[in-house]
Amino acid sequence: MASSQIIILAIVATSLATFISRFMGALTSEKVSVKSKVFEWFNCVAYSTLAALLGRMIIFPAGVLADSDLLIRVFVLVLCILVFIFSKKNLVIPTILSAVLLSFFNSI
Amino acid sequence: MINPKTFLQGLKSLKGSRSPAIPLGACFIALGALLKDAGFNLQQSAASSLFTYALPGQLVMAESLLVGASIVNIFIAVWLVNFRLYPMTVSLFPLLEHKSQPKWKYYLSCHFLAVSSWLIAKDGYQKIDKKHRIDFWIGIGIGTWSTAIIMTVVGYLSADYLNKDMLIGLAIVNPVYFFCMMIGAMKNLSVSIAVIGGTLLGPLIYLISTEWALLFAGIIAGTTAFLFGGKKNGK
Repeated sequence: MASSQIIILAIVATSLATFISRFMGALTSEKVSVKSKVFEWFNCVAYSTLAALLGRMIIFPAGVLADSDLLIRVFVLVLCILVFIFSKKNLVIPTILSAVLLSFFNSI
Repeated sequence: MINPKTFLQGLKSLKGSRSPAIPLGACFIALGALLKDAGFNLQQSAASSLFTYALPGQLVMAESLLVGASIVNIFIAVWLVNFRLYPMTVSLFPLLEHKSQPKWKYYLSCHFLAVSSWLIAKDGYQKIDKKHRIDFWIGIGIGTWSTAIIMTVVGYLSADYLNKDMLIGLAIVNPVYFFCMMIGAMKNLSVSIAVIGGTLLGPLIYLISTEWALLFAGIIAGTTAFLFGGKKNGK
């Protein structure tokens, strides 16, 4: 278990490492026009980086999710996406369903 | 200063059938419980969500502390996993730009940039008058940010009452919500290629390099989407 001092340092390091990207983004934004090609490229890269992170979270998760079965995770994800599509894009139903389903499958 | 009507419009995005409050709540409850496990006290857990407010980075921090990684290693690992916030900011903030608005609003409110707030803002900015879009964004940001902090505290305090299966259930809510939001955003070819390409490449490149996977997958899939998606849309 880490000492209190290390934990505080870790919080500071994590917050700085995170804020750098946000702040650099705000600075770069001042020079980027909405109609430019550069903006479109950033838009595509933002979506794909996000998708890459989510793909990784499902296939190679960090935290407690790592203790569940890969096939079950993929099954729950696909099922909930289908519910989302068929419920006229309601987000509350599939998200609650995902938690209930995964807890259930993992406990049996 | 801040236009109250637009600010409230942003804040109200927490309600309704597209609300991010449930998924945000679920994942930050799971995070609060995890931080307790990693030896954090209540104040430290709340401070982590207050100052970092980026779940994947906080997960990396907690896991790195558990295996005894150095502070420098934590910094680099978090920077790499949260680097996505850079392209995300650049693909949102130009849409919120207005000459009459002071710069400090942009510099401070960039802290609210996270996947949920970004997706909501991208989904709703067109309905807002250009002059007040930044206030709409600040409304979204205050709402999602405070939800995250409160739920981290709730998770920390309820850690003893949550069993492992419940925590696992809570942890999947976040990726499910984001996947649904992204599928909802796949309205043109370039975004569709970016989303599908990123989803496939992220885990694939992770097999080769755990640290650089997101950066490379994002740039490769994003550039492919930019090159092939744009032409067919006739843009």
